[in-house]
Amino acid sequence: MTRELWKGNEAIAEAAIRAGLEAYFGYPITPQTEILEYLSRRMPELGRAFVQAEAELGAINMVYGAACAGVRVMSTSSSPGVSLMMEGLSYIAGTELPAVLVNVMRGGPGLGNIAPAQSDYNQAVHGGGHGDYKPIVLAPASVQEAIDLMVLSFDLAEKYRSICMVILDGSIGQMMEPAQMPEMKPIRRADWEWATDGRMGKRERRILTSIYLDPIEEETTNLRILSRWKAVQANEVRYKEYFLDDAEFVIVGFGTAGRVALSAVRAARQQGIRVGLLRPITVSPFPFEVIDKLAEHASAFLVTEMNAGQMLDDVRLAVRGRTPIEFYGRPGGVVPFPDEILSEVQRIAAGPLSIVSDPRDAWYERMMATAR
Amino acid sequence: MVTTAPTNLVYKRPESFTVTPTHYCPGCTHGVAHRLVAEVLEEMDLVDRTIGVASVGCSVFTYNYFDTDFVEAPHGRAPAMATGIKRVLPDRIVFTYQGDGDLASIGMGEIVHAAARGENITVIFINNANYGMTGGQMAPTTLPGMKTTSSPLGRDVETQGHPIRMSEMLATLDGTGYVVRRSMHDPKNIRLAKKAIRLAFETQVRGLGFSLVELLSTCPTNWGMTPVQALKFVEEHMVPAFPLGDYKVATGVAQVKV
Ligand SMILES: Cc1ncc(C[n+]2csc(CCOP(=O)(O)OP(=O)(O)O)c2C)c(N)n1
Ligand code: SF4
Repeated sequence: MTRELWKGNEAIAEAAIRAGLEAYFGYPITPQTEILEYLSRRMPELGRAFVQAEAELGAINMVYGAACAGVRVMSTSSSPGVSLMMEGLSYIAGTELPAVLVNVMRGGPGLGNIAPAQSDYNQAVHGGGHGDYKPIVLAPASVQEAIDLMVLSFDLAEKYRSICMVILDGSIGQMMEPAQMPEMKPIRRADWEWATDGRMGKRERRILTSIYLDPIEEETTNLRILSRWKAVQANEVRYKEYFLDDAEFVIVGFGTAGRVALSAVRAARQQGIRVGLLRPITVSPFPFEVIDKLAEHASAFLVTEMNAGQMLDDVRLAVRGRTPIEFYGRPGGVVPFPDEILSEVQRIAAGPLSIVSDPRDAWYERMMATAR
Repeated sequence: MVTTAPTNLVYKRPESFTVTPTHYCPGCTHGVAHRLVAEVLEEMDLVDRTIGVASVGCSVFTYNYFDTDFVEAPHGRAPAMATGIKRVLPDRIVFTYQGDGDLASIGMGEIVHAAARGENITVIFINNANYGMTGGQMAPTTLPGMKTTSSPLGRDVETQGHPIRMSEMLATLDGTGYVVRRSMHDPKNIRLAKKAIRLAFETQVRGLGFSLVELLSTCPTNWGMTPVQALKFVEEHMVPAFPLGDYKVATGVAQVKV
């Protein structure tokens, strides 16, 4: 297979098709609309289901229906649209179904803007819909990684009967990079023991529901969902390490923020600063143990995000006050330049640093000072 | 269980029903509607390939009664779920069973667009002029002046709006193949309702587009009436406000003989 130039959003669409996507339901919203447009042509061409829904609310419930039928199904959207899908996501989680959702995040809150952002980390990783459930959340930092993670997302969703979200931002969605597509996988309809695809003379009827009126039964369901999550945590943590072997300072950043930080790390290394980067690929399950180990030796952490400090709280949980943590974030759709992160690294290397209760406070003061 | 000798048997549980004691209130016509659907599925030999979509309302547990596969949708979203199922399993029979709060209020967007797309699904729409499950609040179908727990002085159309006639509205959409309103207030009307349900499923089997049967229904519990008074209320007050009739019968459907 050769490498070709692919635009992020279209690469995501084609990768999903190659992974066996049988049905797509979506609604236009920038900066992910190319996924919907691409699939509006490709899916019918392949005899697969495509519906432009009346809204994201409809789209996610079509996903819910097709997931009940046991096929590989996904939707894609961007921040405001994903907010509208939260009801459906909670039901899908409560019914213990596999489904894939891509969020090409944009600046928020509210209508925000269409610029690249990581503003929905908390919504994806820590919450969203009501009730106790955790989706698997993958965060690519390049077009190639987006392709690979799309393929993985369907496997993980099915393996754990879980929602798998792929979160990225418009800069990856819109950028063109050389990348290699996987081979086309034939559509394979697994004979799931739970799918409601009609009895068809083969079996007793099946019911898929998220209602358990008896609290004990609902508690059992919650614990069953949790047990799958435990297995996800044990088996599926993925991350990338850069220059961490001898690193005195550790940057933690995912997706585009991680990619920008890598340029800063390379520049800092040339200046003799021993800094490395940990880039979580699964932001959920989060690589707590890796950070826990790094905290034993690192003299400081720098968390970089394109938001006002969301993953930061997970890093703080892993570091548990043992090492100073600094934060550098650009919320609202601003992508940091490598230089900005480099000067943060230089500031940290120059010291002195202290362990503070909330690294956001000092960052906020610095942001306000430059704004003034 | 008491068994009756087959020679004396005049009425029995359709095979497509499970053996489940009803959870509906005495005199509620939800049960009648269930039975009609079950009889039609059985007569058309569709049970084995049918997937039902339950909604949120008193009929949330409708899946306990039918011996078919079933899923349970979020409030109002059944037509979207049914779309997802039917699009990936076009040879299966997919139907939703929805109340008027579910279909005409929170689920207005989903039902209108499923109909507009001409989704080849069947909708059984129970219009009982109130929100039964949550204790009798005002629904979009509540009659003017009708007292409910959230319109205690009677629905004031000046501030609380007018009833929505869904069948008439949906029939304007080109994607619909069969849209009719029937009532369940007496045996004659129940027979007509069954025929309509049959035609709705025939529409789906033939791929003739979206089909919907609106059924005027009772809610004696929340109306504060006896079952008999409730049936009279349907006849005297609901039928005039929601006229029975065929609002859309596409040419292909009109030729179907049942
Ligand atoms: C999102 C959401 N909002 C509100 C409810 C509460 N709720 C449950 S049933 C119902 C009304 C159902 O009324 P209807 O559809 O008329 O059916 P009926 O009970 O009369 O058969 C409401 C509002 C809910 N379950 N979900
Ligand atoms: S509350 Fe009304 S609609 Fe619900 S089961 Fe009782 S009578 Fe029927």
